[in-house]
Amino acid sequence: MQNDVTSEIREFVVDNFLFREDMDSVSDSESLLENGLMDSTGVLELVAFLESDIGIDIQDDEIVPDNFDSIEKISRYANAKLAKNNG
Amino acid sequence: MCGIAGYFGTPDTPVPAEALLKDMIGAVAHRGPDEHAVVVKPGVGFAHARLSIIDIAGGKQPMSNADDTVWLIFNGEIFNHIELRRTLEALGRRFRTRSDTEVILHLYEEKGLDCVDELNGDFSFAIFDSRRNRLMLARDRMGVRPLFYTGHKGCFYFASEVKALLKVPGVKAELDPYALDEIFTLWFPLSPRTAFRNVRELPPGHVLTATPAGQSVRPYWTLNFPDADGDGPLGGRGEADIAEELRALLFDASRIRLRSDVPVGAYLSGGLDSSIITAAVKQITPDALRTFSVTFESDEFDERDEQQEMVRALATRHEELASSLADIGRDFPAVIAHTETPLLRTGPAPLFALSGLVNRAGFKVVLTGEGADEVFAGYDIFKEAKLRRFCAAQPGSRLRTLLYRRLYPYLPQLQNQSQSSLAAFFSAGGASLDDPLYSHLPRFRTTAGTKLFLSRDMRDRLGDYDALAALRESLPADFSRWHPLSQTQYLESSYLLPGYILSSQGDRMSMAHSVEGRYPFLDHRLVEFAANIPPKMKIRALREKHILREAVRDLLPETIADRPKQPYRAPESQSFAGPQAPAYVGAQLGRAAIDENGYFDAGAVEKLLAKCRKRPRVGTRDNMALVGIVSTQLWHSEFVDGGRAQVGRDPSRAAA
Repeated sequence: MQNDVTSEIREFVVDNFLFREDMDSVSDSESLLENGLMDSTGVLELVAFLESDIGIDIQDDEIVPDNFDSIEKISRYANAKLAKNNG
Repeated sequence: MCGIAGYFGTPDTPVPAEALLKDMIGAVAHRGPDEHAVVVKPGVGFAHARLSIIDIAGGKQPMSNADDTVWLIFNGEIFNHIELRRTLEALGRRFRTRSDTEVILHLYEEKGLDCVDELNGDFSFAIFDSRRNRLMLARDRMGVRPLFYTGHKGCFYFASEVKALLKVPGVKAELDPYALDEIFTLWFPLSPRTAFRNVRELPPGHVLTATPAGQSVRPYWTLNFPDADGDGPLGGRGEADIAEELRALLFDASRIRLRSDVPVGAYLSGGLDSSIITAAVKQITPDALRTFSVTFESDEFDERDEQQEMVRALATRHEELASSLADIGRDFPAVIAHTETPLLRTGPAPLFALSGLVNRAGFKVVLTGEGADEVFAGYDIFKEAKLRRFCAAQPGSRLRTLLYRRLYPYLPQLQNQSQSSLAAFFSAGGASLDDPLYSHLPRFRTTAGTKLFLSRDMRDRLGDYDALAALRESLPADFSRWHPLSQTQYLESSYLLPGYILSSQGDRMSMAHSVEGRYPFLDHRLVEFAANIPPKMKIRALREKHILREAVRDLLPETIADRPKQPYRAPESQSFAGPQAPAYVGAQLGRAAIDENGYFDAGAVEKLLAKCRKRPRVGTRDNMALVGIVSTQLWHSEFVDGGRAQVGRDPSRAAA
């Protein structure tokens, strides 16, 4: 059983997309694209982070809003990938 | 080409009028280093800084008519001055000089305020008619030459650049929060608004008249397109026929833009448009042409190979300006002192350095390919909008969304994205097809993301101000009847072109080094003709500028004639956050400076800068935000804090 990477992902999102202090309260389920925290090229920053820091391989066709739109979705996707790699 | 400044009324200032005018014109001396002159009359004062190009001995300004009742100061060129002079002479008008300046004076005496209708040129000018006690200001149709005005203590002041107005004692620079909102949404303030709260610009294609009773502003020219559900004035004509007329117009537009008593050079970007102009010039004059271009270290931006191909094909004598990250960072304070507005892109900086090179090479005039993308639908946004409409018509189609990848082959960020995230982005949250801004919503939405860095105070002051609503409200009544491609063209040609391309990237960057840009594609005859060309001849499938390519096919090497659009771009965040970042960034973006100026959230800026320093590749929003914050801070220190005399202290010249 690998570690849950949710807190690392949350930290990355807060550090890189929640610039203003009064915005630190983003919830895990909030859409990062819809509330303007992340633009479409920002998704690629997230992809680079998951590949280099979390250590998962991401296929082009996995870069969809369903996997990347909120902290919750990103974590679910990353944890599932890690479980698969380890399993 | 020149700089102008003046007033109408009675200045209520401690300095005498003549000294005031000298101060004002001194602020724009870079526009006209060859000669300065002022004229003071009861109720009016004119000042002129001259860059001598036509009739070097006779074209002195301010210029008056035969009985000194009408006075003129003029910045720019009237390209059809020879034809106009012939007509005027046939009417019995006697000329004292060979200058285009005198042509305007005679034309005014014949036609009054309607004289602008006859002019083919890039101009801003002021005419004082003492018989009517009336001031007339006018600006060219496309907005090539700038003109600003303000009122202070009952006197009306105007000038080619805002910095001249700030020389009037009591006129203070203050950032207009709505302008900042518009810049952080659209890239530029909506005309007539400027970055300065109390300063307006005269919009392109407009005339202002001032009398002691007040001022009025009216358009004398507007860009029009035929209704979508008709054939338009060119209906029934074949493509070859239209291409032939286009070619003839383009050649004539280029020919009259070679009129000059000093040598004319050309910018060669490596793209289709500047190649067409260079090739056309080559056909018109047998002289060896001198060409100039910018090169970059990074392949992502550089077009050197394409430039060299054109240089070989046309045998021009070519010079390059290599632009590094360090150069952009170093030049940026001077660039902002010249643009007089915050920027979200760095594109102007290499062009600032390039005009320095042209100046050192001894040239005062260059032709460029600017405008072709607006007039003939070359930008990707035209294809993008076409594709988005195509996809929106069948939302379920995966095949259709596959085409998105073909849109921006030069953007690595987009090539790496999946089809469905591209589709989500380009659908722009299900933007309504009826929205007049449909084509631009994805771009505006990404850009407006930069506003998250605004301070609480700025956000409070802006309230629910909506720059997009303001833009929608400013559209002409006929807009809704035009073809979607025409609508997109209008948004580009009437807003981005004068608001950013021709000003921040054009006039201000070339005139910073006393170089005049001339734009054959923006000849209004060509612009009007092109507006009537059926949309399907402009973009054929996904081939942009189709009709233009057809019109000049024989002039260019095949590889260039068929080259897809590569827009001009320059490195952004890394110029300010990379290893060679200029020293001023730390101070300008530090907590103290950010809080003191009050535009941005200091904590957010700190995090953004830290992020850009750590990660060389940040997304589009963050790139634009960093450039926007740096430039707004520089704008403040140059204009509000009294300036550091960046104008005149030219780093690119010192380095060379």
